[in-house]
Amino acid sequence: MNQDNKQIPAIELINVSRRFVSPTGKSLTALREFNMTVGRGEFVAVVGPTGCGKSTTLNLVTGLAKPSAGEVRLMGGPINGIDPRVGFVFQTDALFPWKNVLDNVMSGPLFRGKSRAEAEKGAKDWLARVGLSKFIHHYPHQLSGGMRKRVSLAQTFINEPEILLMDEPFSALDVQTRTVMHEELLKLWADRKASVIFVTHDLEEAVALADKVYVLTAGPATVKSVYTIDLPRPRVVSEIRYDQNFIDYCKTIWEDLRQEVETSYRRASEAA
Amino acid sequence: MAHTTFGAATAPIFSAGTSDAEIEATALKAIKRRKNLVLFWQIFILVAVVGMWELSSNMHWIDPFFYSSPSEVMQRLYEWATQGTTEGSLWYNLWVTMEEALIGFFAGSVTGVFVGIGLGRNKFLSDIFSVYIKAINSIPRVVLAPIFIMIMGLGLPSKVALAFIMVFFVVFANAFQGVREADRNMIANARILGASDWQVTRTVVIPSAMSWIFASLHVSFGFAIIGAIVGEFVGARFGIGQLISIAKGTFDAAGMYAAILLVMVVTLFAEFIMTLIENKLAKWRPQQHIDTQ
Repeated sequence: MNQDNKQIPAIELINVSRRFVSPTGKSLTALREFNMTVGRGEFVAVVGPTGCGKSTTLNLVTGLAKPSAGEVRLMGGPINGIDPRVGFVFQTDALFPWKNVLDNVMSGPLFRGKSRAEAEKGAKDWLARVGLSKFIHHYPHQLSGGMRKRVSLAQTFINEPEILLMDEPFSALDVQTRTVMHEELLKLWADRKASVIFVTHDLEEAVALADKVYVLTAGPATVKSVYTIDLPRPRVVSEIRYDQNFIDYCKTIWEDLRQEVETSYRRASEAA
Repeated sequence: MAHTTFGAATAPIFSAGTSDAEIEATALKAIKRRKNLVLFWQIFILVAVVGMWELSSNMHWIDPFFYSSPSEVMQRLYEWATQGTTEGSLWYNLWVTMEEALIGFFAGSVTGVFVGIGLGRNKFLSDIFSVYIKAINSIPRVVLAPIFIMIMGLGLPSKVALAFIMVFFVVFANAFQGVREADRNMIANARILGASDWQVTRTVVIPSAMSWIFASLHVSFGFAIIGAIVGEFVGARFGIGQLISIAKGTFDAAGMYAAILLVMVVTLFAEFIMTLIENKLAKWRPQQHIDTQ
């Protein structure tokens, strides 16, 4: 029985479509016949041209949006509303600017009915792990972009999500900070082994972090191809980029992705 | 260039090897000099304008019967303060107006905040009511004064009602807009972190609407005073508006200016208190963004 449980993937999207209908009645398809499977403890990266519907897949997994057709399953079960096992790291700042760092990180446990003392203990623990113990009374606007991202990570990880969704979380950071954050993310992830979907437009980031890379087509998005990244872990992100295997992966996947990027680009310029 | 105003100090050029302390000291001195300069000009303009008024009134360049003069105004204020007005003590009259304005202000802003947040969070209700709110909002509020006085009499309730309705719409509109502008990512973040609808409203929507609400409160205290005074113009037994009305009836220009000055001081004081409260509540903000509807 236990063995069976392990076999059930953490996230499954089965033949999922997602249409948006505008108030004037026009419909727009963001996803069509989309299939994806994320195993327990697996790190999956999703790359695709801008605006192809990458973020939509994440919203379907959180339960914030429902598929127009098809099925989304978490740990083998259907999704009813927002699932407490899910954590989400946003692209933009989603911290509460009127709360200090400690209160921001405490939000999750407090929302979920834990006592203040318990929440504070957990928050301090997580802030220590992301190296922000000295900044717990600062407000978000007093921190740098990288520090704010660390607070976001602590805020998400404190709920101990089994499923971690990340929507271009580091795209607003400068290159050096981003590399540091990659290392930190992999370290946090290695402790807990959550199942991750990491959406990005940065192919190198995807290859450096993930076990599997999904390449999406230009919108309406569907899966074009899936690559298994067989690079040994633990990975050192700052050095892995000089690894020949890494370079080969990037080249192969880029060839595949480029056509889609070009299609998307051509459509955008035709529309304009 | 716009920022090279007169008296602005140009940045000094330091020779190599000047210590940080020296540079800081010079900078601090420059900042202080600038502050003093601004203050000087502010006082200068006040003195100049008041002086010109006094002078031209004394020299009969303007008719003192209509325009009075600063010294007359001050004297009238002094008389009112020490001997009382024709309608009883000045402080009582001032208190009557303040009472009307304050009750109207608090009631109007509390209701405005509640209704604004309530409708802002509920799309269905706001779709239904928006048309009525727009319709009522397009009535110039002061035309309601005679109706309120007819219904509620010359006393306090009619002025409170007018102040209330003036404050309510401003605060309501800002609270509503503030709720609508609440960052969608932030709301999604809270919900995924585990917040219920009520927790989202309390911890995300209300705090983010707060800066909008505060912006409207600054303006709306002035509106509450307008409501009270206009109400008193139309019909009252006491109050600053009534004093102005009587001064007008007796061609007492000094009296009118004195009453205006009084209202100005009171409103400035209220504004000052509000800023203090706001700064205390909004210490998380990098800087104020000023916004009215």
